[in-house]
Amino acid sequence: MARMVTTRRKAISTAAAWLVGFLIFFPILWMVLASFKTELEAFAIPPSFLFFHWTTENYVTVQERSDYFHHALNSIIIAGGSTLIAMLIAIPAAWSMAFSPTKRTKDILLWMLSTKMMPPVGVLVPIYLIYRNFGLLDTRTGLIFILCLGNLPIVIWMLFTYFKEIPKDILEAARMDGATIGRELIYVLTPMAVPGLASTLLLNLILAWNEAFWTLNLSTLEAAPLTVFIASYSSPEGLFWAKLSAASTLAIAPILVLGWFSQRQLVRGLTFGAVK
Amino acid sequence: MATQQTQLLARTLLTPAVALLFIWMVVPLALTIYFATLHYNLLDPGSESFVGLENFRYFLTDPAFLASLQNTLVLVGSVLAITIILGVPLALLLDQQVVGLSIVRLMVIAPFFVMPTVSALVWKNLLMHPVSGLFAWIAHLFGLPAIDWFNEAPLFSVILIISWQWLPFATLILLTALQSLDEEQKEAAEMDGASAISTFIYITLPHLARPITVVILIETIFLLTVFAEIFVTTGGGPGLQTTNIAFLIYSQALIQYDVGSASAGGLVAVVLANIVAFFLVRIVGRNLEA
Repeated sequence: MARMVTTRRKAISTAAAWLVGFLIFFPILWMVLASFKTELEAFAIPPSFLFFHWTTENYVTVQERSDYFHHALNSIIIAGGSTLIAMLIAIPAAWSMAFSPTKRTKDILLWMLSTKMMPPVGVLVPIYLIYRNFGLLDTRTGLIFILCLGNLPIVIWMLFTYFKEIPKDILEAARMDGATIGRELIYVLTPMAVPGLASTLLLNLILAWNEAFWTLNLSTLEAAPLTVFIASYSSPEGLFWAKLSAASTLAIAPILVLGWFSQRQLVRGLTFGAVK
Repeated sequence: MATQQTQLLARTLLTPAVALLFIWMVVPLALTIYFATLHYNLLDPGSESFVGLENFRYFLTDPAFLASLQNTLVLVGSVLAITIILGVPLALLLDQQVVGLSIVRLMVIAPFFVMPTVSALVWKNLLMHPVSGLFAWIAHLFGLPAIDWFNEAPLFSVILIISWQWLPFATLILLTALQSLDEEQKEAAEMDGASAISTFIYITLPHLARPITVVILIETIFLLTVFAEIFVTTGGGPGLQTTNIAFLIYSQALIQYDVGSASAGGLVAVVLANIVAFFLVRIVGRNLEA
């Protein structure tokens, strides 16, 4: 039975939670507001919170001046490509470890996890030189490849924990009924695995979209995704706050929406099942 | 026979992933070790020569190394302290009955999904700018002098931004753990007349010990190599005040083109991360058996 909660207590926790939530969210809100101001208003003191001249001109300028969509497309191709390839490699591996575990499965899983612990900066030099020699610097292919490898351990781990939860009895029943491995995979396993596959896909899209070590170091212009494009606003010259805000709002909006859908999977994916 | 077939199939399915990760782990690391023993500067091609441990001696005795090691430790330690000290009460608050909880949850989790370059630049310009930032205006309202954040307290400013990004992560994990806490246990304690404070100390806190450990380990691994936030706000400065190990290695490799020294530094970073990883892998492994 749930504990009785007095109305008073509920009112206090509600007020406190909303206040804290608002404070934490405020920088994002402030950025979105600034994106609808003119450059002068974005810079003005005292700042205006709602009563300013709302304009969408920043969004137009960002595209015209700096070819925003080129970088957005790069982000989509790089994050999407690396996630899809990682899934293609990870699904068979996770399937195999979840349904035909051997004595070494646990060691393999932990070893995969430990490859994720390697700090990227530890291998920056060789990767940079290899990329330079093979002409992979500032290419989408190069970034897709490196982000795919970087996220592969997380993808395998997430899929493994999801596949593990599929009851084995069902597979055995299917086998008894004479289902081949192919049929078993398509008709029995896939429908049960779809939610797990979807959340793995989602979380890794988010991680790849926001990745800002390899993208900053290995791309400059042609293949630069949004992380790098936004970084180009870090030069102190000029008043570009409203445009920075417009570009930033566009860059984070899609991922914020996806992220809100995948909060629960976030815990599973980033703690490797250590917290339930 | 069928099982043998299945096992063969299982191994075949596993091989590509294992092979790729193996190559990914071994080849770059072996190259880093190799480069670390060379005198090798990209600005001076053809001059590569074996120098043994000279790069390590150079990197480890470089005053920049000690400064950046200290910055790294201060940054990691502060962000951990801030996210956990604020994360525990925040998770407890969100575990209460709150009207519109799902919306509050969305607001709290949002910063984690903002790409690092965006959060760093928005904080630096819109909030912390000494003249036109919102913080300066708030200080002015209270009659206080505006703070020139990135000049007066550069490392603290970076810490503040990164804490904002990681507080949602800590909160979310602690909240998940709280929700798995047995309600009946708390009820029983309350019926026995335990105060809210002693329920927290004797029941809730021990239950949180494990998730807190996990938060510490995972955050540490990511925070040891914070890069983008420093890259777009301070560029490691002023002086070396916000240079951490990751940024130092980056500047030696891609600004000074000193491949040998940067590689030696890279290995130092790998060793540091491995100390943390050792404990994390053990905890995860123990959980895998249960």
